[in-house]
Amino acid sequence: MVSQAGAVTRTNLWQSKRARKMAFAAFWYILLGLTAVMVMMPYLWMVSSSLKDTGELFTYPPTWMPQVLRFQNYVDAWNAAPFGRYFFNSVVVAAAVTVGQLVTCSLAAFAFARMNFKGKNLMFTIFISTTMISTQVTVVPSYLVLKELQWLDKYQGLIVPFLANAFGVFMLRQYFMTIPRDLEDAARLDGCGRMRFLWAVVLPLSRPVLAAQALFAFMGNWNSYLWPLVVTTSERMRTLQIGLRYFVSQEGGTQWGLFMAATVFVSLPVVVFYFVIQRSFVEGIASTGLKGV
Amino acid sequence: MIKGEHYRSRWWHRWGEETFSAYLYLLPSLLVFGAFVFFPLIFSFYASLTRWNLPYKPIFTGLENYRYLFTDEIGSRDFFFAIRNSFYYALGVPLNMLISLLVALFLNQRLRGVGIFRTAFFLPTITSTVAISVVWMWIYHPADYGLANTILLELGLSPLRWLRDPALAMPGLIVMGIWHGMGYNIIIFLAGLQNIPHHLFEAAEIDGAGVWAQFRKVTWPLLGPTTFYIVVIGVINSLKAFAQMDVMTQGGPLGATTTITYFLYQEAFERYTMGRASAVACVLFALLLLLTVIQFKVAGSRVHYE
Repeated sequence: MVSQAGAVTRTNLWQSKRARKMAFAAFWYILLGLTAVMVMMPYLWMVSSSLKDTGELFTYPPTWMPQVLRFQNYVDAWNAAPFGRYFFNSVVVAAAVTVGQLVTCSLAAFAFARMNFKGKNLMFTIFISTTMISTQVTVVPSYLVLKELQWLDKYQGLIVPFLANAFGVFMLRQYFMTIPRDLEDAARLDGCGRMRFLWAVVLPLSRPVLAAQALFAFMGNWNSYLWPLVVTTSERMRTLQIGLRYFVSQEGGTQWGLFMAATVFVSLPVVVFYFVIQRSFVEGIASTGLKGV
Repeated sequence: MIKGEHYRSRWWHRWGEETFSAYLYLLPSLLVFGAFVFFPLIFSFYASLTRWNLPYKPIFTGLENYRYLFTDEIGSRDFFFAIRNSFYYALGVPLNMLISLLVALFLNQRLRGVGIFRTAFFLPTITSTVAISVVWMWIYHPADYGLANTILLELGLSPLRWLRDPALAMPGLIVMGIWHGMGYNIIIFLAGLQNIPHHLFEAAEIDGAGVWAQFRKVTWPLLGPTTFYIVVIGVINSLKAFAQMDVMTQGGPLGATTTITYFLYQEAFERYTMGRASAVACVLFALLLLLTVIQFKVAGSRVHYE
């Protein structure tokens, strides 16, 4: 009798606990789902508006699903401004900055991680201190420097100032330091020089962190605004972000279908990129606390 | 003598050569930092002491620019208004922190499919500020068919002029800023939450602590350093914000969204008063430096619980 009663109570308890757990999960899902829909709303609105004709854009109450899908907006937007040229500029600049940063950051990180030299601590402090000095602070004198060099409105003006990155040096250094000393000694004994050790052993071993760094550099540069705005003066040197800004302000703020279409194709490459390499991106941010340049 | 030479060559071999090579490895970065970080920084201190209206040559005027910004009737009015606007914009930071923490707590549950939500929340963070600004300009369209006004009308309220209204432009930018910056905060919070040792929650549960008590006594105090980091970085980023003001409001209406960085841009690239712009840059630098030092000091003295 006693044991039977005990069993019954235990089953009830188990059932109620399970029920409670499920109710709890449902509650979380609903809350998360609601917030996620709210967060995604501007994107849905952007895509929906990009496919509407002018008449439907300016009617109240607005619709979420366009009555007629007008893909022509994308063609019109692409042709309304030299977006092909802007795309090309953005790709060239972001790619050059990414590759350049990988080179300069790897070299400096290798020195900090694997070499003993006089003034190492001082140098490291100097490198880290550059992270406190942002483009906003140095934009005026940097602009004057570029003016003297006659680099305004040129690719080198958009690229060269970003060819060093202390965050990148720090991130790579942390990784390089984990490579065992024995490996270096063995390579040394086999007559492998420092540069070759970096190139043939350290860099191949550091692929994940190099990929993360490349990603930060590329996205940060692709999305950057203040510097290209100041440096570019002619239409043919504008990057995508600057091109989009002028497109919207010059059309007098009425062609919303075209603006939304342009916004879709300006933001799409990064979004696609993000979906492809999401995991390493998120992990990179979580472990270093930084995003972009 | 032979001994000395031997010593010297060994020194060169052990330290000299390595030091020499190390500086060669640092050289590319040092050149770029020198030309585009340190030289500009020092140069802006100098430029801030001049009257430098392009295309004319600079004239040394001492502290005149600072006098203008801090004590001149017109100059200080505009400058302090810009500083006020910057800190007004930064009011979004604690709000953003609270919302992000809440979402991070949701996402930290062991539930199926949480990854999809994480992706959704993070999407705005990787989208460029310009693209986002254009979308939100359309959302804030002052006509009835603007999405924000449609929602107000659905709720039985009257439509607003949003970015065209001096009182609403900044709140509008703050809401957009929260939406834009949430993803980054959520990821930092999630990393912080995952660093809290699980046995602390188990111990709290054994002691009979409920969900709220666990949050107050375990989660919140242990997340302290993360929260602090998020708030300081958020304020720093607010002071540096520029693209959304330039795209959406051009500092208006009536200067309501002219923040310190936008003010600096106007001085330099609309009025071409490089000296005055440099003085603004120096003040901005001092503010950012102060915040970074606070962050470093607090992070250095952070309490370790384990």
